[in-house]
Amino acid sequence: MKEKAKILDEEGINRAITRIAHEIIEKNKGSAGLCVVGIRNRGVYIAQRISACIKQIEGLDVSTGVLDITLYRDDLALATGQPLVRKTEIDFDINDKNLVLVDDVLYTGRTIRAALDALIDFGRPKSIQLAVLVDRGHRELPIRADFVGKNIPTSKKESVEVRLKESDGRDEVLIAEKE
Amino acid sequence: MLWAKKDLLGLEYLTPEEIELILDTAESFKEVSTREIKKVPALRGKTAVNLFYEPSTRTRVSFEVAAKRLSADVINIATETSSVKKGETLIDTGKNIQALKADIIIMRHNCSGAANMLARALDISVINAGDGWHEHPTQALLDIFTLKEKLGKIQGLNVAIVGDIAHSRVARSNIWGLTKLGAKVTLCAPRILLPVEIEKTGVKTTSDIQEALSNADAVNVLRMQFERDEGAAFPEQLDYYKSFGITEERLAKAKKDMIVMHPGPINRGIEMSSEVADGANSVILEQVTNGIAVRMAVLFLVSQAKEKIV
Repeated sequence: MKEKAKILDEEGINRAITRIAHEIIEKNKGSAGLCVVGIRNRGVYIAQRISACIKQIEGLDVSTGVLDITLYRDDLALATGQPLVRKTEIDFDINDKNLVLVDDVLYTGRTIRAALDALIDFGRPKSIQLAVLVDRGHRELPIRADFVGKNIPTSKKESVEVRLKESDGRDEVLIAEKE
Repeated sequence: MLWAKKDLLGLEYLTPEEIELILDTAESFKEVSTREIKKVPALRGKTAVNLFYEPSTRTRVSFEVAAKRLSADVINIATETSSVKKGETLIDTGKNIQALKADIIIMRHNCSGAANMLARALDISVINAGDGWHEHPTQALLDIFTLKEKLGKIQGLNVAIVGDIAHSRVARSNIWGLTKLGAKVTLCAPRILLPVEIEKTGVKTTSDIQEALSNADAVNVLRMQFERDEGAAFPEQLDYYKSFGITEERLAKAKKDMIVMHPGPINRGIEMSSEVADGANSVILEQVTNGIAVRMAVLFLVSQAKEKIV
């Protein structure tokens, strides 16, 4: 993997998350009845940051959960080797909530398709909205994000590397060339 | 790490890392059974066949529940009403099930090594649900999972296993699993029910129940299978209870929060008193709940792996 360009640094990621939090509050007219669910792995940390930001602005705690979509993947039967199954932690009722689903990168849309299936098994939210730090295009399913940190046009030969302090020790988004 | 083995035949054949992977995967699956919709689509379109040559309710039902929570289709074959009665061999039965394009066979058999033989002959997955006196890997895995959940770790634990060790596949699988993960195991039984040279597996033995319990963090109490008693080896039921039964008096002399496990079904008043079975130290029903998560993990892991180990 060859690094080509840094798209977001720590400041840039912070600003994007703050803006997304504001947009979520604006669209939902406050934070009442709101909950946030992050997709493993890095979506979880972004979801936690968005929640903290919403709390700072609105002064209300926002229920925040963790979703592992492995068991809902559409390529499970094709995958070579076993993907690791991690824990899903949604310990609150999602019925009739406005649920914001969070991931780091939106690409083909297949992860989001799996996440929607998983969420419906937990209940019937009033709405599901999608927030992503990066939208890199190349959708293979009719899915779009409601809140986007940054749109980055990419080629399929490139990969988008999101690094976060919680998992990688630093905050940055890079574009790399697959070799 | 990745899981590569198509079969689960015994804990003897697994590395400590593979055992840990099953336990970690089971921990993730446990949450599924707490949902309102207790089902995930991971094994949608797969077929699991329960092939039981010995009567079993809890293991068979536990596997069936586990497979269904993963969205697999489950077929139960009771051998008393099948072609086995007409003299079909085990391998022929297995090959026929494979020809039906089933994906996993879950088998219990009264002959030690039956699961290994079937796994060798077939390309589809075989899960050993108990073979003779050999192994019952998923029972040991759920015992170890429960221990780990209660005490946080396995390394360094003192675990006593009490009962008919000689005829117990549950004991053998537990010995393999526990010693591989670094626990210290003490077996306690009348001498005649302790296999000779079992100490070579790295365990201690005793016929003094209080000694076995004295330092134990957990005790796994095996079922006395009096229905298999052919007269010779088994002590009288009352004598057994007097010498080896887990009672409140014996519990009082052990570590205060020692965990009491039993694979079920319990013979109350033979292996343990009702007070102990229903008491604060008992995790017997939690073992049943954990059994589903562990079997979901095993079904999930073997279902896409291809490697033959025997």
